[in-house]
Amino acid sequence: MNIPYVVEEREDTGLINSKLGIWIFLASEVMLFGGLFSAYIFLRMAALPGDFERWASELSVPMATVNTVVLISSSVSMVMAWASLKMKDFSKYKMYLGITIFCSFVFLTIKYFEYSGKFAHDIYPSSNTFMAIYFTLTGLHVLHIIGGLVVMLYFYFPISHKMWDKQPEQFTNRIEVFGLYWHFVDLVWIFLFPVLYLL
Amino acid sequence: MSDNHDTASMQDHVRVYLMVFGALGVLTVVTVLASYLKLSTSEGIFLALIIASVKASLVLGYFMHLITERKMIIWILVMTVFFFFVMIFLPLISNIDHAGNPTQWWKVL
Repeated sequence: MNIPYVVEEREDTGLINSKLGIWIFLASEVMLFGGLFSAYIFLRMAALPGDFERWASELSVPMATVNTVVLISSSVSMVMAWASLKMKDFSKYKMYLGITIFCSFVFLTIKYFEYSGKFAHDIYPSSNTFMAIYFTLTGLHVLHIIGGLVVMLYFYFPISHKMWDKQPEQFTNRIEVFGLYWHFVDLVWIFLFPVLYLL
Repeated sequence: MSDNHDTASMQDHVRVYLMVFGALGVLTVVTVLASYLKLSTSEGIFLALIIASVKASLVLGYFMHLITERKMIIWILVMTVFFFFVMIFLPLISNIDHAGNPTQWWKVL
Protein backbone atom coordinates (compact mmCIF):
# COMPACT_ATOMS: atom_id res chain seq x y z
CA MET A 1 0.00 0.00 0.00
CA ASN A 2 1.35 3.40 -0.94
CA ILE A 3 0.98 6.16 1.61
CA PRO A 4 0.14 9.43 -0.19
CA TYR A 5 2.40 12.51 0.00
CA VAL A 6 5.36 10.99 1.81
CA VAL A 7 7.72 11.68 -1.10
CA GLU A 8 6.06 14.36 -3.22
CA GLU A 9 4.77 17.50 -1.51
CA ARG A 10 1.09 18.35 -1.26
CA GLU A 11 0.13 21.35 -3.37
CA ASP A 12 -1.89 23.05 -0.61
CA THR A 13 0.67 22.79 2.22
CA GLY A 14 3.86 22.58 0.16
CA LEU A 15 4.98 19.84 2.55
CA ILE A 16 5.07 16.07 2.76
CA ASN A 17 2.44 14.80 5.22
CA SER A 18 4.94 13.19 7.58
CA LYS A 19 6.82 16.47 8.07
CA LEU A 20 3.63 18.40 8.79
CA GLY A 21 2.60 15.63 11.19
CA ILE A 22 5.87 15.63 13.16
CA TRP A 23 5.84 19.43 13.52
CA ILE A 24 2.28 19.36 14.90
CA PHE A 25 3.37 16.58 17.28
CA LEU A 26 6.39 18.67 18.35
CA ALA A 27 4.06 21.63 18.98
CA SER A 28 2.12 19.42 21.42
CA GLU A 29 5.42 18.40 23.01
CA VAL A 30 6.32 22.07 23.55
CA MET A 31 3.09 22.46 25.52
CA LEU A 32 3.79 19.26 27.52
CA PHE A 33 7.26 20.38 28.61
CA GLY A 34 6.07 24.00 28.80
CA GLY A 35 3.48 22.99 31.40
CA LEU A 36 6.19 21.38 33.51
CA PHE A 37 8.52 24.40 33.12
CA SER A 38 5.58 26.52 34.27
CA ALA A 39 5.19 24.21 37.30
CA TYR A 40 8.92 24.69 38.01
CA ILE A 41 8.48 28.49 38.05
CA PHE A 42 5.53 28.28 40.46
CA LEU A 43 7.24 25.84 42.79
CA ARG A 44 10.35 28.04 42.83
CA MET A 45 8.27 31.14 43.57
CA ALA A 46 6.51 29.36 46.43
CA ALA A 47 9.71 27.85 47.90
CA LEU A 48 11.64 29.39 50.80
CA PRO A 49 14.38 31.79 49.58
CA GLY A 50 17.52 29.87 48.64
CA ASP A 51 15.81 26.48 48.93
CA PHE A 52 15.95 25.62 45.23
CA GLU A 53 19.57 26.79 44.94
CA ARG A 54 20.57 24.63 47.92
CA TRP A 55 18.97 21.47 46.50
CA ALA A 56 20.24 22.22 42.98
CA SER A 57 23.77 22.27 44.42
CA GLU A 58 23.27 18.55 45.22
CA LEU A 59 23.23 17.82 41.47
CA SER A 60 26.38 17.00 39.51
CA VAL A 61 27.19 19.84 37.09
CA PRO A 62 30.17 17.97 35.49
CA MET A 63 27.94 14.95 34.69
CA ALA A 64 25.23 17.19 33.24
CA THR A 65 27.81 19.17 31.21
CA VAL A 66 29.16 15.93 29.70
CA ASN A 67 25.58 14.85 28.96
CA THR A 68 24.95 18.18 27.21
CA VAL A 69 27.98 17.64 24.97
CA VAL A 70 26.90 14.02 24.36
CA LEU A 71 23.40 15.07 23.33
CA ILE A 72 24.66 17.88 21.07
CA SER A 73 27.04 15.35 19.46
CA SER A 74 24.14 12.96 18.92
CA SER A 75 22.17 15.76 17.28
CA VAL A 76 24.96 16.60 14.85
CA SER A 77 25.53 12.90 14.04
CA MET A 78 21.78 12.54 13.38
CA VAL A 79 21.77 15.39 10.87
CA MET A 80 24.94 13.93 9.30
CA ALA A 81 23.14 10.57 8.93
CA TRP A 82 20.37 12.30 7.01
CA ALA A 83 22.91 14.27 4.91
CA SER A 84 24.69 10.98 4.07
CA LEU A 85 21.43 9.53 2.73
CA LYS A 86 20.92 12.68 0.65
CA MET A 87 24.39 12.02 -0.79
CA LYS A 88 23.37 8.34 -1.42
CA ASP A 89 26.06 7.06 0.94
CA PHE A 90 24.35 4.32 2.97
CA SER A 91 27.47 3.09 4.78
CA LYS A 92 28.14 6.59 6.17
CA TYR A 93 24.49 6.84 7.16
CA LYS A 94 24.87 3.65 9.21
CA MET A 95 28.06 4.95 10.79
CA TYR A 96 26.47 8.26 11.85
CA LEU A 97 23.28 6.58 13.07
CA GLY A 98 25.48 4.18 15.05
CA ILE A 99 27.22 7.19 16.65
CA THR A 100 23.82 8.67 17.54
CA ILE A 101 22.72 5.38 19.13
CA PHE A 102 26.02 5.18 21.04
CA CYS A 103 25.57 8.77 22.30
CA SER A 104 22.06 8.04 23.53
CA PHE A 105 23.35 4.99 25.45
CA VAL A 106 26.10 7.15 26.98
CA PHE A 107 23.48 9.76 27.98
CA LEU A 108 21.28 7.10 29.63
CA THR A 109 24.28 5.55 31.42
CA ILE A 110 25.35 8.92 32.87
CA LYS A 111 21.73 9.57 33.88
CA TYR A 112 21.62 6.16 35.57
CA PHE A 113 24.69 7.05 37.66
CA GLU A 114 23.18 10.45 38.49
CA TYR A 115 19.89 8.94 39.66
CA SER A 116 21.52 6.10 41.59
CA GLY A 117 23.84 8.62 43.28
CA LYS A 118 20.78 10.51 44.51
CA PHE A 119 19.00 7.35 45.68
CA ALA A 120 22.16 6.24 47.53
CA HIS A 121 21.95 9.48 49.53
CA ASP A 122 18.24 8.94 50.26
CA ILE A 123 17.21 11.68 47.85
CA TYR A 124 13.97 10.78 46.09
CA PRO A 125 11.25 12.70 44.20
CA SER A 126 9.31 12.76 47.47
CA SER A 127 12.21 14.42 49.36
CA ASN A 128 11.35 18.02 48.44
CA THR A 129 9.68 20.08 45.70
CA PHE A 130 12.95 20.73 43.84
CA MET A 131 13.71 17.02 43.57
CA ALA A 132 10.07 16.34 42.63
CA ILE A 133 10.23 18.66 39.62
CA TYR A 134 13.84 17.60 38.83
CA PHE A 135 12.91 13.91 38.61
CA THR A 136 9.68 14.68 36.72
CA LEU A 137 11.35 16.85 34.08
CA THR A 138 14.47 14.73 33.61
CA GLY A 139 12.44 11.49 33.86
CA LEU A 140 10.09 12.61 31.09
CA HIS A 141 13.12 13.64 29.04
CA VAL A 142 14.74 10.22 29.60
CA LEU A 143 11.51 8.55 28.40
CA HIS A 144 11.82 10.59 25.20
CA ILE A 145 15.43 9.42 24.79
CA ILE A 146 14.38 5.77 25.28
CA GLY A 147 11.54 6.20 22.74
CA GLY A 148 13.97 7.71 20.24
CA LEU A 149 16.48 4.94 20.89
CA VAL A 150 13.89 2.25 20.05
CA VAL A 151 13.14 3.97 16.72
CA MET A 152 16.87 4.39 15.95
CA LEU A 153 17.55 0.71 16.63
CA TYR A 154 14.76 -0.15 14.17
CA PHE A 155 16.38 2.09 11.55
CA TYR A 156 19.83 0.67 12.29
CA PHE A 157 18.99 -3.00 11.80
CA PRO A 158 18.39 -4.62 8.37
CA ILE A 159 14.63 -4.98 8.87
CA SER A 160 14.16 -1.33 7.83
CA HIS A 161 16.71 -1.36 4.98
CA LYS A 162 14.37 -2.87 2.39
CA MET A 163 12.78 0.54 2.02
CA TRP A 164 16.16 2.10 1.15
CA ASP A 165 16.51 -0.43 -1.69
CA LYS A 166 12.97 0.09 -3.02
CA GLN A 167 12.05 3.70 -2.05
CA PRO A 168 15.22 5.59 -1.08
CA GLU A 169 13.50 9.01 -1.07
CA GLN A 170 10.81 7.85 1.33
CA PHE A 171 13.46 6.29 3.59
CA THR A 172 15.46 9.55 3.55
CA ASN A 173 12.33 11.49 4.50
CA ARG A 174 11.67 9.08 7.37
CA ILE A 175 15.14 9.76 8.72
CA GLU A 176 14.63 13.51 8.34
CA VAL A 177 11.32 13.35 10.24
CA PHE A 178 12.83 11.22 13.00
CA GLY A 179 15.76 13.64 13.10
CA LEU A 180 13.36 16.50 13.83
CA TYR A 181 12.10 14.58 16.88
CA TRP A 182 15.66 13.86 18.02
CA HIS A 183 16.74 17.51 17.69
CA PHE A 184 13.69 18.49 19.74
CA VAL A 185 14.83 16.14 22.53
CA ASP A 186 18.23 17.89 22.37
CA LEU A 187 16.46 21.27 22.45
CA VAL A 188 14.58 20.38 25.64
CA TRP A 189 17.86 19.41 27.34
CA ILE A 190 19.44 22.72 26.27
CA PHE A 191 16.87 24.44 28.54
CA LEU A 192 16.74 21.77 31.27
CA PHE A 193 20.50 21.93 31.87
CA PRO A 194 20.80 25.59 33.01
CA VAL A 195 17.36 25.69 34.65
CA LEU A 196 17.87 22.64 36.87
CA TYR A 197 21.65 22.47 37.36
CA LEU A 198 23.00 26.02 37.18
CA LEU A 199 20.36 28.44 38.52
CA MET B 1 25.19 16.04 -13.21
CA SER B 2 22.24 16.73 -10.95
CA ASP B 3 23.46 14.11 -8.44
CA ASN B 4 26.92 15.73 -8.40
CA HIS B 5 25.33 19.12 -7.82
CA ASP B 6 23.18 17.72 -4.95
CA THR B 7 26.23 16.10 -3.34
CA ALA B 8 28.25 19.33 -3.58
CA SER B 9 25.31 21.26 -2.08
CA MET B 10 25.00 18.74 0.79
CA GLN B 11 28.75 18.99 1.44
CA ASP B 12 28.24 22.73 1.97
CA HIS B 13 25.47 21.88 4.43
CA VAL B 14 27.76 19.45 6.24
CA ARG B 15 30.36 22.21 6.71
CA VAL B 16 27.65 24.42 8.25
CA TYR B 17 26.52 21.58 10.58
CA LEU B 18 30.08 21.17 11.85
CA MET B 19 30.39 24.92 12.47
CA VAL B 20 27.09 24.89 14.38
CA PHE B 21 28.35 21.90 16.39
CA GLY B 22 31.44 23.92 17.37
CA ALA B 23 29.31 26.93 18.30
CA LEU B 24 27.03 24.77 20.48
CA GLY B 25 30.06 23.31 22.27
CA VAL B 26 31.50 26.76 22.96
CA LEU B 27 28.13 28.05 24.19
CA THR B 28 27.81 25.06 26.57
CA VAL B 29 31.16 26.02 28.12
CA VAL B 30 30.01 29.67 28.30
CA THR B 31 26.79 28.57 30.07
CA VAL B 32 28.77 26.72 32.75
CA LEU B 33 31.30 29.57 33.17
CA ALA B 34 28.50 32.16 33.41
CA SER B 35 27.03 30.24 36.36
CA TYR B 36 30.19 31.09 38.35
CA LEU B 37 29.72 34.85 37.85
CA LYS B 38 28.54 36.79 40.88
CA LEU B 39 25.08 37.68 39.60
CA SER B 40 21.74 38.08 41.29
CA THR B 41 19.21 35.27 40.76
CA SER B 42 17.18 37.24 38.21
CA GLU B 43 20.36 38.32 36.31
CA GLY B 44 21.59 34.71 36.33
CA ILE B 45 18.25 33.42 34.99
CA PHE B 46 18.21 36.12 32.29
CA LEU B 47 21.77 35.34 31.13
CA ALA B 48 21.28 31.55 31.19
CA LEU B 49 18.05 31.79 29.21
CA ILE B 50 19.65 34.13 26.64
CA ILE B 51 22.49 31.64 26.04
CA ALA B 52 20.06 28.69 25.94
CA SER B 53 17.87 30.59 23.45
CA VAL B 54 20.86 31.24 21.16
CA LYS B 55 21.73 27.51 21.30
CA ALA B 56 18.09 26.57 20.65
CA SER B 57 17.96 28.97 17.67
CA LEU B 58 21.04 27.31 16.15
CA VAL B 59 19.50 23.84 16.53
CA LEU B 60 16.13 25.00 15.17
CA GLY B 61 17.59 27.04 12.34
CA TYR B 62 20.25 24.66 11.03
CA PHE B 63 19.69 21.10 12.31
CA MET B 64 15.90 21.38 11.96
CA HIS B 65 16.21 23.49 8.78
CA LEU B 66 13.81 26.19 9.92
CA ILE B 67 15.71 28.91 8.05
CA THR B 68 14.67 27.32 4.76
CA GLU B 69 11.38 25.78 5.89
CA ARG B 70 7.90 26.44 4.45
CA LYS B 71 5.71 29.18 5.88
CA MET B 72 3.14 26.71 7.23
CA ILE B 73 5.69 25.22 9.63
CA ILE B 74 6.75 28.71 10.74
CA TRP B 75 3.12 29.62 11.45
CA ILE B 76 2.57 26.43 13.47
CA LEU B 77 5.61 27.39 15.56
CA VAL B 78 4.56 31.02 15.96
CA MET B 79 1.18 29.86 17.29
CA THR B 80 2.91 27.32 19.57
CA VAL B 81 5.23 29.95 21.03
CA PHE B 82 2.30 32.34 21.57
CA PHE B 83 0.23 29.76 23.46
CA PHE B 84 3.33 28.58 25.34
CA PHE B 85 3.79 32.10 26.75
CA VAL B 86 0.06 32.43 27.45
CA MET B 87 0.23 29.16 29.40
CA ILE B 88 3.23 30.35 31.42
CA PHE B 89 2.37 34.01 31.99
CA LEU B 90 -1.39 34.01 32.61
CA PRO B 91 -1.16 32.05 35.86
CA LEU B 92 2.09 33.89 36.71
CA ILE B 93 0.39 37.29 36.48
CA SER B 94 -2.53 36.00 38.50
CA ASN B 95 -0.15 34.69 41.16
CA ILE B 96 1.73 37.99 41.36
CA ASP B 97 -1.57 39.85 41.83
CA HIS B 98 -1.94 37.89 45.06
CA ALA B 99 1.73 37.91 46.03
CA GLY B 100 2.68 41.58 45.74
CA ASN B 101 3.45 44.37 43.33
CA PRO B 102 2.49 43.21 39.80
CA THR B 103 4.70 45.83 38.16
CA GLN B 104 7.81 44.16 39.61
CA TRP B 105 7.06 40.58 38.62
CA TRP B 106 10.70 39.66 38.04
CA LYS B 107 11.52 40.16 41.73
CA VAL B 108 9.60 37.03 42.70
CA LEU B 109 11.75 34.82 40.49
